[in-house]
Parts: sequence; C-alpha cells; structure tokens
Amino acid sequence: MSSALRHPLPGDASRATPDVRLSVEQVSYAYAPNPSQAPLFTLEAMSFQAKPGELVAILGPNASGKSTLLKLISGALLPLSGRIFLNGFETHSLPVKTRAQRIALVQQESRLLFPSRAWEFVMQGRHPYGGGLRFESEEDILIANNAIAQVGATQLADRWMDKISGGEKQRVILARALAQQPLLLLLDEPTLHLDIGAQVDLLESLRRLAAQNRYTVVVVTHELNLAGEYADQVVLLQRGKCLRVGPPATVLQREILEQVFQAPLSVEITPSGRPRVTLFTNK
Amino acid sequence: MRPLTLTRLLLRCGLLALILFAVVVVAMKLGAVQVSLYGLGKDLISVLLHRTSSLSSDYGMIVLGIRLPRIVLAIFVGASLSVAGVSFQALLRNPLADPYVLGISSGAALGSIVALIVESHLSLSPEMAGLITPVGAFLGAAVTIAAVYILGRRDGQIDSTTLLLGGIITASFLQAVIMFLMTTLSGNNLRGSAFWFMGDLSTPQPRSLQYLLSFGFIIAAGAIYTTASDLNLLLAGEKEAMHLGVDVPRVRIVVYIAASILTGLAVSVSGTIGYVGLLVPHVMRLIFGSDHRMLIPACALGGAIALLVADTLARTVTSPTDLPVGAVTALAGAPLFIYLLRRRIA
Repeated sequence: MSSALRHPLPGDASRATPDVRLSVEQVSYAYAPNPSQAPLFTLEAMSFQAKPGELVAILGPNASGKSTLLKLISGALLPLSGRIFLNGFETHSLPVKTRAQRIALVQQESRLLFPSRAWEFVMQGRHPYGGGLRFESEEDILIANNAIAQVGATQLADRWMDKISGGEKQRVILARALAQQPLLLLLDEPTLHLDIGAQVDLLESLRRLAAQNRYTVVVVTHELNLAGEYADQVVLLQRGKCLRVGPPATVLQREILEQVFQAPLSVEITPSGRPRVTLFTNK
Repeated sequence: MRPLTLTRLLLRCGLLALILFAVVVVAMKLGAVQVSLYGLGKDLISVLLHRTSSLSSDYGMIVLGIRLPRIVLAIFVGASLSVAGVSFQALLRNPLADPYVLGISSGAALGSIVALIVESHLSLSPEMAGLITPVGAFLGAAVTIAAVYILGRRDGQIDSTTLLLGGIITASFLQAVIMFLMTTLSGNNLRGSAFWFMGDLSTPQPRSLQYLLSFGFIIAAGAIYTTASDLNLLLAGEKEAMHLGVDVPRVRIVVYIAASILTGLAVSVSGTIGYVGLLVPHVMRLIFGSDHRMLIPACALGGAIALLVADTLARTVTSPTDLPVGAVTALAGAPLFIYLLRRRIA
C-alpha cells in the first residue's frame, strides 16, 4: 500500500454524515491464485449503508462471497474497485492499530496454542489501546470486566478457555470484541457450532448490545430465520452477486429464496412483521 | 482477574536472579581444585562491597581466570538458547519448536564450519578471524529457519506436523553434511570438533567473542522483549493478531532476525546444545503461565540456571575428564521432556 493511503484523503471526512456509520460504495473484488490467470472468484460491485445501532445480516449459500465481503469490510482485503468507509475513513487504509480500535471481528474459530483463562483472553481486546510492553491499567480491567458482564460471562472469567463449552466460548470471544470498544462489530458465522437456544441467546445479545452501545453490527449467517427476526437490513448474495439489500421483509421473499437456495420453501409474515421461512424437505 | 504488574514481574525475576547467583557461587566452588564455599562466599561479598579488590591468591586465579569465564559463557549461551526457543515457539505457533529440534542449531553449526573453511583460505587478522564464525553461524541459522518455515507451510498456513518433520529431516541432513566436512578435517582437530558438535563449553573463547556474545544477547533478547505482548496474540494466529492491532509482518521479522542471532551466537561458541531451548520455556510456562512479558525474562534467567547446572555437572561428574555439556542436557532433558509430555496429555 502506498503511504498516501494510510491517511484519509482530503474530503473523506465530509462523507461522514451523522447517521451513516458504515458505507459500502460500489465495492468489488476478484480472487486469482496468480495474476496472469482468470480469477477463480469475483464479487460484483455492491453498495449498502448502515447506521449506528443497526444490525446487518449477510445471507447466501456457500461460496456466495459472504466471508469475502466481511473481510473487505474489516479492511483485511483491498477492494478491486469501490471504497468502504467507516465514519468517513477508508477501512483498508487505517493503520492496523487504529483499525483494531474501531473494528472488532469475531471469527468462526479461535484456536489457542497454550491454555489461557477467559479474562486473559478478553484482555487481549485491550491490546490496540496499548503498545509494546504496557501493563494493563485500572481502566483496562474495568472495561474488560464490563465486557464480560455484558455477555453474561462473569462466572466464566477465571475458567480456562479449553475447559468451557462451545456456547460459553463464543460469549467470551464476543466479550473480547466488546473490550475493543469498536464502532463496528463483525461476526463470521457466530452461530455455527451453537445449539438453537444458544443461537437465539447470541442474536438477542447482539441486538441489545447494538442498541445500548450504538455499535453497527454486521453478521454473516446461514440462519434465514435468525436474520429475519433480528436484522434491520439483509444483504442477499449469490455466486458473488448482490441480489437484494433491504429490510428482511423485502429481501426474504419466496421466489428469490427458492431460486437462491434451490429448495422449495414458504415465507409467512409473523404478527411482528418479521418474515419466517419454512423449508419443505420433500422435493 | 489478576493481570501482570511491573512489581510482580520484578519480584519473580529477582527470585530467579537470586537462584542464579547461588548457582554461580556453587559452580565457582566445584572443580578439581577444592575451594571452601564459606571462604569463597565471604571473599566474593567483600569484593562486591569493594572492601578488597581481588580474591585470595590461593585460588583467585582458578576461580576468576578459569571457572568464571566458563560460567559467564554458560549463562549467556543458556539464556540465548532458551529465549530463542520461546521465540520460535510463538513465531511458528508450535509448542515443540526449538533451535535444536528444528535443525536451526545444525544450520548454525554448518554455517560456522563453512565460515572456518572459508577463513582458512583468506588471510585475516586474528581478531577478524574470530568474528567470522558467529557471522557464519547467524547466516546458517537464518537460512535454515527460512527453509524450515517454507517446508512447514501448506496452503499458506503453517502445519505443525509438517513443520516439525521438515525440521527434523533438515536437522539430520545438515548433521550428515557436518559429519562429512568434519571427517575431511585433519585428525588433530577431530576430537575438538566432535566435542563442539555435541555441545561444549570447555573451549576458552577470545575476548572479542565474549563481548559479541553478551552484547548480541542483550540487543537481540531486548528486541524480542519489545514484541512480548504482540507474541501473546500471535499465538492465536496471524490473522487474528492482525485484527487485534498487531503489526504482524514487523513482529515476524524482528523475532525472526533476533532469534537467528541468538541461535547463531550460542552455536558459534558452544556447538549444538539440545533441549535447553525446548524444556526451559515449558517449565517456565508451567510455573509462570504463558504471558510473554513474564515468560521471556523468566526463560533468560531459567535458561542460564539450567545450562550452568548442566555444565557444572559436565565438568565435575567424571572429573578430571570433561563431558560435553550437550550430552548432559540430552541425558537429563529427554526423560524430563517425556514426563512433561505425558503430564500434559493426562
């Protein structure tokens, strides 16, 4: 990256309108194992915006580009064209440390080489706020404790990470992301290894946290009904193409879902105005 | 929740430093010439307090002129190997990584042998000639770790098993090359190089090399220590560390170069000593946990203690003959390692 890109370009800040936090503008991406070959995978240009406190769900079948889109938003990948702004700053051009203060990413799995206690793990979220050898301050301890309490994991704080259940682990990982005090919280299939009760719990807490802390939350998921129930906006992808963006009721419709997922299904609208998808197993 | 504080760090390091001091005094006492522990302790303290300027002439020459340089050598080599070990374990995300197992020590050994052969064809001043082996050893270590790193990658990710096997195979290949080169050396040098090859601290080192070893250690270990909290996150994976604000490429290059320097320096003065870089970090991790801000200084002090104990045994057990210290570390290290391995699984 050229050093000029590490700083916001003149005019970037003016794009920050008070009610838009995340702005994905005509972003596309192509992946090729080497530059001379035709790309194996392309993500076609797409745009959407999200406000503070909003929960955006990215939906789509396997290999539709969900995780790639999330990596682009996180700043880990550079878009082929288009730009992604967080409060007016391009995410990819932010210095690594600043980026970690503003964007927290919860990945599918966090492997540990040597066992650590849950509170030590959460404390890692304070890393972007210190440098080198710095020892944790009272403030760091307070923030980490708060993050643990917000996900209801206080009783787990002193447990070893390799001795707790999948659902408990997911809560501790979420607490670490909260300890980063981000503006943008990204989650890549956080419900993957959770039972249904734990899935609902997780989405409930994301919804609540987004409202309380004014995070913008972007979550990649396979769970149509969880997205329908909890998201403010849904981004529907298929083979690297963005088919629809909008409130769940306008995106989760029978014709388009049947075409995307290649399965017969029905969609009804619940009394709360949320779409509910039912799959038919007999083709 | 009890995060590490500076006070706790210094207290623990102070305790380890006291143990090291006690081991140093005992190591000064033990040897072919008997020295009374009480008299030595009393004399040392009065020297430290500047009451007298030198030890009693009865044994001062032996203790300060012969035993102390070897003790200092053991301290720096032990500390270097152990800090290199803990760094490689974090850098390669592999708990079994260590300069010896991964063949990095063998690479450094080959590097210094090649440097010696090259040196014999050049006409250098003795001072310069002494410094050519550590440079060769550093280059050998750096090239080997790069090779092992590339061998251990699969689909862009480091694969633990492939990495270890790659390292072990690299080590045995390099050792065969070293054997080949050693047999072509003159018979007179053979016993010396065989000893050195197994790890040996008995050869007196020139002043310039002693300075290089101590300053090199301070700079390289200091550089690694500045990345201590980044290494904590690197254990969770490079991508994850990046998302938590770690400048991964910078940390990787700093640790890679500094750990190669440490290995190169240690090997150029003492040959390939095994197990110190593997076991000391594990024992320290069991005692102090896996926070590198505590672990790195603990490994430096613990490595110094371990190698000094091993070397003192090496020169006293079969007195008046010396054992190569590498044989002692392997004799003690292998069973201890098996014990730790079983304990962790159970």
